[in-house]
Amino acid sequence: MKEYVWRPMYVVVLIAALSLAVRFFLLPHDFGVHEGGYKYGYYRLGNIAEWESRPALFRSADDCGDCHRQSESLSASPHAFISCQNCHGPAAGHPEDPPTLAIDTGRDLCLRCHADLSYPAGGRDAVPGIDPLGHHPFRSCVGCHDPHHPRQEVQP
Amino acid sequence: MNRRTFLKDAIVVITGAALPAAALEWLDPRQVLAENPQIRWAFLVDTHKCAGCGFCVKACKAENDIPYEASVTRTWIERYVVTQSGELLADSPQGGRDGFTSGSIDLPGGTRVSEEEIIRGFFVPKLCNHCASPPCVQVCPVGATYATPQGVVLVDRQWCIGCGYCIMGCPYGARFFHPVHKSVDKCTLCTHRLTRGDASACVEACPFGARQVGNLHDPNDPVTRAVVSERIGVLRDSYGSRPRVYYLGLSKEVH
Repeated sequence: MKEYVWRPMYVVVLIAALSLAVRFFLLPHDFGVHEGGYKYGYYRLGNIAEWESRPALFRSADDCGDCHRQSESLSASPHAFISCQNCHGPAAGHPEDPPTLAIDTGRDLCLRCHADLSYPAGGRDAVPGIDPLGHHPFRSCVGCHDPHHPRQEVQP
Repeated sequence: MNRRTFLKDAIVVITGAALPAAALEWLDPRQVLAENPQIRWAFLVDTHKCAGCGFCVKACKAENDIPYEASVTRTWIERYVVTQSGELLADSPQGGRDGFTSGSIDLPGGTRVSEEEIIRGFFVPKLCNHCASPPCVQVCPVGATYATPQGVVLVDRQWCIGCGYCIMGCPYGARFFHPVHKSVDKCTLCTHRLTRGDASACVEACPFGARQVGNLHDPNDPVTRAVVSERIGVLRDSYGSRPRVYYLGLSKEVH
């Protein structure tokens, strides 16, 4: 072929080689097509490990029992099925640094389940409910009701 | 040897040589499964049990570093109510972060539907469906979002350019822009907890057992058993995204 045909070809090949070289050095080597194919599996593989290595803030459900013996009365309590860390938590730094464990005794926390909706509303029906504005409004619930033993009244 | 037999024999030899040895191996499905203990995560929501307490939303926000006050959340609860006139209304104030403590519903536009007008209601927790054919992944122009081999759809925060195509592409509205990390964010199914053998934060926090996470490849997993034997539904099946969040007691009104 004539020289003038080849000359632009060299330029094209050079540009392609350059962009491939730049891509090689700039892209992480684990970036590419993985399991799942080009459609769903085109990503940086190392990112999975990054997400998996995130520290967990809530401890395992049975971790509390390692140190805190659950009393027999608590396991019989209607509140026994609630995770400890819903009110005492999250417990990420707890055993090492006990004061960091926040305890929420707020009225709003109780009302999440115990505010009565006057119509049938799924799982709420099975929970005893009050009218938040009619039942001692703005008073703290835990002053009268023991959150661990809700059927027993707190002795003043 | 004439030309005809030579060509015939050549075809046989070439075909035989091209056939890999693996193609002739007899595979026992149970053996394959035991050698590759695969995990395929799935989520099960029992809408009968949900009481709309919002502990899941609260726990998710804390666990996954989502600003509590910002109106973005990885999981949320929708309340559906039917009024006396037969009208269907739905709300999700702040994603149900603080629970549903009032019986009345505030509609966009400032109108309030009082408790007396409502005859029934129910709660539907929602989250990313971790679809088997995720539309959000297809539309990502840079390969920043992907489905892992375990069936979790993740976002690479370093790689995301924040174009928002995936937020538009998700049929479930499960994606949002993280105000602190400045990248698209979504439910990771608490991958970091699952790899350590714990359940997702929302599952641990749910007092009523309305949420479960499980491995579809384990036939004895309670989630797998429910998916196989119960009457389950998925959201927006018609989109063809093959969602892996299964619902028990899904009402026809929910979409």
